[in-house]
Amino acid sequence: MLTLIGFKTPRRWAGFFFILPCLAVTTMFFIVPLLMTVWMSLNEWPLLGHPSFSGLKNYVDLFQDASFWGSVLFTAKYTLVVTPAIFLFAFSLALLVHRGVRFVGIFRTAYFLPVVIGMTTASLLWTWLFNDQVGIFSAVLMDLGWVDEPVQWLGETNSALVSIVVMVLWKAAGFTMVILLVGMQAIPIDLYEAACLDGAGWWAQVRHITIPMMRRTFALALTMSFIGSFLAFEQFFVMTRGGPFNSTITVVHWIYRASFTYFKLGYGAAMSVVLLLMLLVLSGVQLYLLRDEP
Amino acid sequence: MIELAPLAMPHAVNDTSGRRPWRKLGLQAAYYGLCTVLLLMFLFPILWSLLTSFETAAEASASPPSYWPSHFSLENYRNLARYGQGIGRYLGNSAGVAVMTVLFTLVLATLGGYGFSRFRFPARNALFMLILATLMIPFQSILNPLFVLLRLLHLQDTQLGLALVYTTFQLPFAVFMMRNAFDAVPKEIEEAAVLDGCSPMSLLIRVMLPLVGPGLATVALFAFFGSWNELLAALILISDSRAFTLPVMLINAQSGQLGSVNWGLMQAGIVLSIAPCAALFLLLQRYYIQGLVAGAVKA
Repeated sequence: MLTLIGFKTPRRWAGFFFILPCLAVTTMFFIVPLLMTVWMSLNEWPLLGHPSFSGLKNYVDLFQDASFWGSVLFTAKYTLVVTPAIFLFAFSLALLVHRGVRFVGIFRTAYFLPVVIGMTTASLLWTWLFNDQVGIFSAVLMDLGWVDEPVQWLGETNSALVSIVVMVLWKAAGFTMVILLVGMQAIPIDLYEAACLDGAGWWAQVRHITIPMMRRTFALALTMSFIGSFLAFEQFFVMTRGGPFNSTITVVHWIYRASFTYFKLGYGAAMSVVLLLMLLVLSGVQLYLLRDEP
Repeated sequence: MIELAPLAMPHAVNDTSGRRPWRKLGLQAAYYGLCTVLLLMFLFPILWSLLTSFETAAEASASPPSYWPSHFSLENYRNLARYGQGIGRYLGNSAGVAVMTVLFTLVLATLGGYGFSRFRFPARNALFMLILATLMIPFQSILNPLFVLLRLLHLQDTQLGLALVYTTFQLPFAVFMMRNAFDAVPKEIEEAAVLDGCSPMSLLIRVMLPLVGPGLATVALFAFFGSWNELLAALILISDSRAFTLPVMLINAQSGQLGSVNWGLMQAGIVLSIAPCAALFLLLQRYYIQGLVAGAVKA
């Protein structure tokens, strides 16, 4: 530390000077808005005009708002479908490309590439692929004679959900794959060598060495995609616009709509507080699962 | 190419144990076959969009779609150039916000990371935890107050306002990254510079900064991708169509126009939106992957 090498007492505060800018920005654009969220949730807060204090009214309304809880349920359903799907796909990919064989870097790069494309762009791209008139999937099925009419992938709740899960698999599996690869490569190689000498085959090695040794990485990968999925917005906003009949609206989408389509910022803030509490619980679970083993 | 730590090859040991060579060859062919099929599946949507963007506008919107462009055309890009305020404006908006976000994030995270790494001061750990703790709170839940706040500060519809918001979202990861980068620099280097009478600021800029280059590259990449690709905050904080960023403009291009979508124009827009991300990633992926690995190891 610099204090040991000649910096005198006033330098004790020199560190503050360095962290002050990022502290100031975090306070201004994170801590203050966070406190404002709570305050706004206690007000009728129109987009224009003056807010008026309304106590817990927004929360009382919220607890009777079937559409909001419907969106919570739908988001939970999406999360419970997409998280294991991403995990299993990404784990298979990681097993496939974790060996240092020739060209493996090219495969890893290709599988990861969609991760750096924005979720909005990816959603727009797949909306087109899934389109019944100009989309490739429907056209190929028609040409193969497997279907007689164009397929409306995004027109019905369940097929829309499946279509979006497929898009997200393409977009996000590479991310989880890299997280899993990091964990996979931390496993000491002697374990595998010993297993080989004992005559353990490939699957036996995966089952008895790789999987048990990666418990922590699994927890990290699963909780990260669980939390990310719970905050899903763009894919539904773009690909289904919440339809048909508002059946594919996620929580974040519903907050956006209440706040900026119906102009009820206070009500949106109350939903945000509820979302935030749900996410804090999830983060708590994550920290618990990732705690240092005693 | 994504390179991780020197790779273990445990299963290779298994493959050579007394197996016949033709069997090994068959396994290898199957392995590369599978990997290649997956590679094509991952790249197909991007390539298909790229190909379609060079069809004529009529062909790109034809139903059923044609599998191969009948002739090469830049019509979709010309249409895009004229769309709304002209694509140049939206690209400029996105680039402006992204450049500001990257610069702000680099400056703030360098100062912050250096402060947290090299100085002892009251409440140091508590403040570091405070900045990291913001990671647990989704930014989606503070957008309503940010809307009100930016209006209050007259930063609504400005690139500066959006860039400040994006910078804030980047800071926890960036400060964490930079603190680790500074932690990895040996203390002896600074001690020598301090003995030569270097002030803390010039020490940071002249001695330390060149040594944390990879950390800076990682932070800059994450800030760029985060800003370039963000939709929700831009949708809320930008209402003036002249200030739209590329994702917001693309959303509008797809939903506007009396229900009929110009699919060729959309593909040209999608290609322009993907291109800088793909190029930066392919050139600098080492630094991007390092960031992911650091995040994964931290947890």
